[in-house]
Amino acid sequence: MIKIIRNFAQRLFSGFFRKKGEIKLGFYGSPNAGKTSLANRICQDWLGEDLGVVSNVPHETRKIQIKEKVIIEKNGKKIGFKLIDTPGIATKIDFEDFMKFGLSKKEAQIRAKEATQGIIESIKWLDDVNAVIILIDSTLNPYSQVNITIIGNLVARNIPILIVANKIDLKKSDVKKVQGAFPEYNVIGVSAKSGENIEEFYEELFKLVKKKR
Amino acid sequence: MAKKKKGYKKKKDNLTIHFMPYSEISKEDTIGRIKKIMGLVLDNKIIILQGRLKPEEEVKLIENSMTLIGNISGFQGIEIAGISDENEHRNLFNKIRYNIARILVGEQDSITIIGPASVVKDITRDPRKIELMLKKK
Repeated sequence: MIKIIRNFAQRLFSGFFRKKGEIKLGFYGSPNAGKTSLANRICQDWLGEDLGVVSNVPHETRKIQIKEKVIIEKNGKKIGFKLIDTPGIATKIDFEDFMKFGLSKKEAQIRAKEATQGIIESIKWLDDVNAVIILIDSTLNPYSQVNITIIGNLVARNIPILIVANKIDLKKSDVKKVQGAFPEYNVIGVSAKSGENIEEFYEELFKLVKKKR
Repeated sequence: MAKKKKGYKKKKDNLTIHFMPYSEISKEDTIGRIKKIMGLVLDNKIIILQGRLKPEEEVKLIENSMTLIGNISGFQGIEIAGISDENEHRNLFNKIRYNIARILVGEQDSITIIGPASVVKDITRDPRKIELMLKKK
């Protein structure tokens, strides 16, 4: 009961003070879904600089990366964002998987340890975001429990979400499958790498944050 | 003296599938449910749970697994997937009736499979079936 009252008070006051402030926009999803790539695309478009390093090796982002004061302009309106790029959430980590990418055993073990800590950190941040972009690799099966669990937790916290089916530049991409997996949510296909459909993404992003302002 | 890491029963030959009826966890709180599930997972068992965990319980389970990786030798985390009767094709009256029943007795028409990642290679859901792939010994 105390927790409920505390959460209500937090929401009330954070909502009150956030009115004119930045929207804390979280990027969530499985490893290698393209969270950092999309965050980089946004930062490049509006700040002319990257947010983080991108790589083919899973769990490249192992710490929360933040970029503040990202002002996005669309149709004459400006909204300030604090971008929060989170480490990919997974249910398992095997250091031997990293060795397949050429890492030494020691390097792989260190990466695995950091990745587990990163996942815990990502989960903790679920309580501290105002809106979330869920990145899904549209070339893979979208019915992953990680996606379902993240969405379930955000819905329970009443945090608006936009599902981004990334990698539409690839042949195997199937945005309709992602839409079919999450029919209750807004799904937009983009390529964070090539920038395809990025204007439509900004359009949807503005609609999303309107719900929170 | 360095603390010896707890052994994880990795070399067990038999594969055990534990069916967990909803009644087994219905009276437990989040911590109790996670303890029960993790106990079986660490015993190298695959759990078929009648019902579903709440989203916040699933996320706690993932958090718990991440804490154990590296602290329990051989433990690599979990594989988890759930499947339930879809609500979207019901009419409004049946939807309301169904959701009230779920609130009263829990999501008993769902199935959740949870297993240790060292045994279960992958669980795929697509979308009305679940396929469980085990690792070769």
